[in-house]
Amino acid sequence: MATHPRLPAAAATTTTPSPALSLLRRVASQVLVHGFLLLGAVFMLLPFVWMLVTSIKPPAEIFSATLSLWPRQFYGVENYRFALTTAPLLRFAANGIFICACILAVQLLVAIPCAYALAKLRFPGRQFLFGLTLLALAIPVQVPALPLYIGLANLGLLNTYFSMMVPFFLSVFAIFLLRQFFRGFPDDIIHAARLDGMSEFEIVWRIVTPSAWPAIAAFSVFSIVAHWNDLYWPLIVISDGKLAPPPLGMMIFADAETGSNYGALTAAATVLTAPLVITFLFVRRHFIAGITMTGVK
Amino acid sequence: MSTLAMGSARAAPRTFGGRQAFIEKMNGMAFCLPATILLLVTCLVPLLVLVVISFTKYELGDLDLKFVGLANFSKAMGDPVFRRSLLNTLLYVAIVLPGSTLLGLLVAVLVHSRKRTRSFYEIIYFLPVTSTLIAMATVWQFLLHPRIGPINAFLQLVGLPQQGFLSDPALALPTLAVVGMWQLIGFNMVLFLAGLSAIPRDLYEAADVDGCASPIDRFLTITWPLLGPTTMFVIVTTSITAFKIFDTVAVMTRGGPMGSSEVLLYAVYLEGFQYFHTAYAAALTVVFLGFILVFSLIQTFVLDRRVHY
Repeated sequence: MATHPRLPAAAATTTTPSPALSLLRRVASQVLVHGFLLLGAVFMLLPFVWMLVTSIKPPAEIFSATLSLWPRQFYGVENYRFALTTAPLLRFAANGIFICACILAVQLLVAIPCAYALAKLRFPGRQFLFGLTLLALAIPVQVPALPLYIGLANLGLLNTYFSMMVPFFLSVFAIFLLRQFFRGFPDDIIHAARLDGMSEFEIVWRIVTPSAWPAIAAFSVFSIVAHWNDLYWPLIVISDGKLAPPPLGMMIFADAETGSNYGALTAAATVLTAPLVITFLFVRRHFIAGITMTGVK
Repeated sequence: MSTLAMGSARAAPRTFGGRQAFIEKMNGMAFCLPATILLLVTCLVPLLVLVVISFTKYELGDLDLKFVGLANFSKAMGDPVFRRSLLNTLLYVAIVLPGSTLLGLLVAVLVHSRKRTRSFYEIIYFLPVTSTLIAMATVWQFLLHPRIGPINAFLQLVGLPQQGFLSDPALALPTLAVVGMWQLIGFNMVLFLAGLSAIPRDLYEAADVDGCASPIDRFLTITWPLLGPTTMFVIVTTSITAFKIFDTVAVMTRGGPMGSSEVLLYAVYLEGFQYFHTAYAAALTVVFLGFILVFSLIQTFVLDRRVHY
């Protein structure tokens, strides 16, 4: 009522309550709403805050089981140094960057021409292929995991960067999304380009793709987040810690620490979580667009 | 599909020369070639192989396939470990689905009408979605620690008994469910916010004129029905995401204590990649796929029928 400025006051159709009472109701509802939201916010932020705080506490304070928020002794340098040297955290992060970048590059290289062809060109098998991509949308990566593992094992390709990326090179999601986008691209521009002598290949990459930049940006965010955080497949194909992406690396490090050096563990968690969180804060719009990118409208 | 109302700009019919049409066909097929190859190699052929293996006794390293019909599936039905993992997974979904959907909706409705604090709340509630779950899982392990964790310290402070959140078989799965909700509420909130933004403001004005004044009335008469497609979408994606639970189990409990948090994907992982009972794991994966397909089919059919525009 007080929050929709364009709405006529409810009092127009009901008996007018006294101004004091309606003010009280407004204040009460604001207090309730914000109280509830703030409680939820505390729940959401609690792990982050505690992670940061614990990563700068010395072991004595961590194990004293007090509810103190701020450390009495600053131990951050030691914890972070331990985490960064004992577990090759930066290596895990670098692996993550490398893997996500390669996966994204191949995904776009494969999906863009295919989406364009499905949207704009006529060729035999077009409907059938599109139907297959819809089917593949419903199949999560854990399903082909077992046969792919067998295949890679037989080819001796386990425990390589390539093996970590293989199942993800094809993103039917990208094809589906970009096809929707390309369908709306004006045909006259394409015809004009053809008449100008441009090859279809050039048209795809120089004319149509730049127009899809928002969709591509959002999809890139979606892809990077998904593969930065992926555990199942890397866990299966990687046994060498040097190749581990962040989640697997974190798991290896946590195992090695047998869960007792919480200062270093939370320092490691901070280092590995920071990239995505910081990126989120900078490119929030694209981030949210990417995450909600499954055609809610 | 029909819910994605993009303009159906079809390519104009080709009227000049069969050669143009031929070039177009060649281009079309060439552009789709890499995607088709990948589709076959990484998705369809493995799917076929998976189904075939589930009917055999194959183990990694075998040289031949011995068909055993439905033996793997009947073994699964009778296997208490599998039945428990399926039950645990369904229980997990049963907690996470209503929890994260309703709370996500509630938060979205409350945040949607804030003017100055909206961005603030959006960012905070969405932060867990951006975090690396495995890293945060370790933090949660510490938070829930029976002796040195702050949550138990707080319980002690207010006089409640300390809980072994991850060591008590009765509490382990619900605790994992709470961690799962922690990450999903922000995600669902964003989806609901998008749905709420799509509801035209004039509807609320018209309702006000008609005497529908209280917020609860407005919600029930306008907001809730028009959120139908969004709600359905949230329910299906949340179910599928929850059903695929694996990460927190692998890091926080490893299926314990006493198998109370062993979920379907974790059982598949153990059978297929630790014990190498490949054929049995294939059968379990087929069961897993079956559930996912059911959820997806629900989305396709129910969602298509409830579109308002």
